[in-house]
Amino acid sequence: MSEEVPPPESLTFERKHKSWRQMLEPVTEKDFKHGYYHFWALKKHIEPLDIPFAREIDPMQRDWELPPNWKEIFLQNFEDTLRKNRAFKVFMDICVRCGACADKCHYYLGTGDPKNMPVARAEIIRSIYRRYFTKAGRIFGELAGARDLTEDVIKEMYYYFYQCSLCRRCSNFCPYGIDTADIVWWGRRLLNSIGVTHRFSHISIEASARTGNHLGLYPLGIAEALESVAEDVYDVTGVVVDVPVNKKGAEILFVAPSADYFATPHWFACMSYLMLFHEIGLDYTWSTYASEGGNFGTFQAYELAQKLNHKVYEEAKHLGVKWIIGGECGHMWRDKHQFMDTMSGPADFLEDPVSPITGTYFENAADTKMVHICEFVADLIRHNKIKLDKSRNDHWKVTFHDSCNPSRGVGLLEEPRFVIKSCCNYFYEMPEHTIRDKTYCCGSGGGLLTEEIMELRMRGGMPRAMAAKFVHEKYGVNMMANICAIDKAAFPALMEYWKLPVEICGIDELLGNALIMKGEKERETDLRGTPYRRED
Amino acid sequence: MVFNSVIKKEGERMPEIEVKGKKLALDEDGFLQDWEEWDEEVAQALAEDDRFTGAKVELSDAHWEVVRFLREFYIEKGVAPPIRQLIKEMKKRFGPDKGNQEYLYELFPQGPAKDACRIAGLPKPTGCV
Repeated sequence: MSEEVPPPESLTFERKHKSWRQMLEPVTEKDFKHGYYHFWALKKHIEPLDIPFAREIDPMQRDWELPPNWKEIFLQNFEDTLRKNRAFKVFMDICVRCGACADKCHYYLGTGDPKNMPVARAEIIRSIYRRYFTKAGRIFGELAGARDLTEDVIKEMYYYFYQCSLCRRCSNFCPYGIDTADIVWWGRRLLNSIGVTHRFSHISIEASARTGNHLGLYPLGIAEALESVAEDVYDVTGVVVDVPVNKKGAEILFVAPSADYFATPHWFACMSYLMLFHEIGLDYTWSTYASEGGNFGTFQAYELAQKLNHKVYEEAKHLGVKWIIGGECGHMWRDKHQFMDTMSGPADFLEDPVSPITGTYFENAADTKMVHICEFVADLIRHNKIKLDKSRNDHWKVTFHDSCNPSRGVGLLEEPRFVIKSCCNYFYEMPEHTIRDKTYCCGSGGGLLTEEIMELRMRGGMPRAMAAKFVHEKYGVNMMANICAIDKAAFPALMEYWKLPVEICGIDELLGNALIMKGEKERETDLRGTPYRRED
Repeated sequence: MVFNSVIKKEGERMPEIEVKGKKLALDEDGFLQDWEEWDEEVAQALAEDDRFTGAKVELSDAHWEVVRFLREFYIEKGVAPPIRQLIKEMKKRFGPDKGNQEYLYELFPQGPAKDACRIAGLPKPTGCV
């Protein structure tokens, strides 16, 4: 050893909070860091959504211009939330602060900030709960872990509730199953009630409420974008595919995230949807009203989630379809699979989903009438209804990133893997503790996909990037497949930042590459234009 | 990775740009807040504003072709075009010499999304993109 290591008794480490009491001191704008805090919401986005007390301030300013009776409003809403949501009440009471969740959060691992431990994140609001809604907290105050609700506490909530991507990895490890995402979700709603809210989600919620999709694309724009995708399909395969839009009486309504016909690499998965549906002759339609699978309301407040969630059923009824297929979207599946039935259902005007090609009855979707594209495709492959040429993906060594919501929220674990293995010869799993229900978040979900917090996103994505680095170095993995539009937008930047030569694709892109279509020409490139390796 | 957001000091309001004696509100990245306030003189001022990207853009006829196209597209479709569609449309209108990524990046070194949309007065597309 070249350098002298100090003896063990002299090893020290600096603790950020010297005692548990210091953890109760709120972090305020004095300690906010650039790259971590979100821009404030703009009036033009939140006023149409009926979020009260809209004002434009800078979170770095000392006075947040809270309404005069903000404390009353906040506590009144807090009480309502406790009364109406049993789970939230239980989560407030039940935590024993064992710390099993502490090192499971990718933001804690990436930032090292103790307040980013899920337990500490929940304590921010739990301390207020104790002070105002428990006897012990009212009497013993700080000794019982309680603290007064002050403007500084509101600032702390704003800072840390928007450093959580609602991925729910922590709740997977909690012995009580405390869902921190749920706590943060209600916490954000409480902040909304006094006009304290971030900008990013609301741009998309407002656009989605107005036009049907996050981007604010009008019907003509959607139709033309899809035509443009179809042109690209023709260029690669020589097959002319139909793009049915707003077709009344179609059997199936297809809902995908709007990014799929807008952004790259989402675009290539969209090409594949069109190819697949053309090849199996599915009677389906896109919609320009339900033109978005995503629902950023689920990052903010129940009412906003409901507002956006509702339009899928409305459109299904309007078009007279039998059931719905959903595309590669992440939080859409938490929204649609778990909330839709109670928020907007029952959808008794739709039929239980039965695949018209294989006759499979999708029992798991009997309530919501909505089937995931991966389930639908896996079923087709299982029944040999489509022809696949695996070798067309031989230039990709593929790994699969389980997107948080489809894996932890819905349990969609085997279908995506079955589809990838059916389409690719080279598939490698990332380490066991980073996949399936233990998957790490991309670092940008839950309303965090915004540029002003780039440093937080790159740090939060670090555990996933390291897992990708591991398979890249061990197996030469050069493609990470996933089934979430936020992943597809977030990962290219993350891979660049952590200097990993790994590309990002949707599972359906791999399917599209492998899919043998009737009347296709010999393909010279894959869907994204990578030339095929020749035998010679 | 480049962080373009202007870092404001405490108490500072949103950035603004002055055109013809009128102050127009921008966001932290220098995008016009209200797209309807845009005209060609505003575009000129936005192009000369180097607070956000660190470099001025000298508007030539070639730049105006792109800016006008973006503007038209936005008014008709409600959003700035995706880059793939922009390239395809440029190819259709002005031929393959101009319908490619290199050409667009040559005109707008910060990228068509950042520079061209900003000069055309369009908001940045958001969502899962």
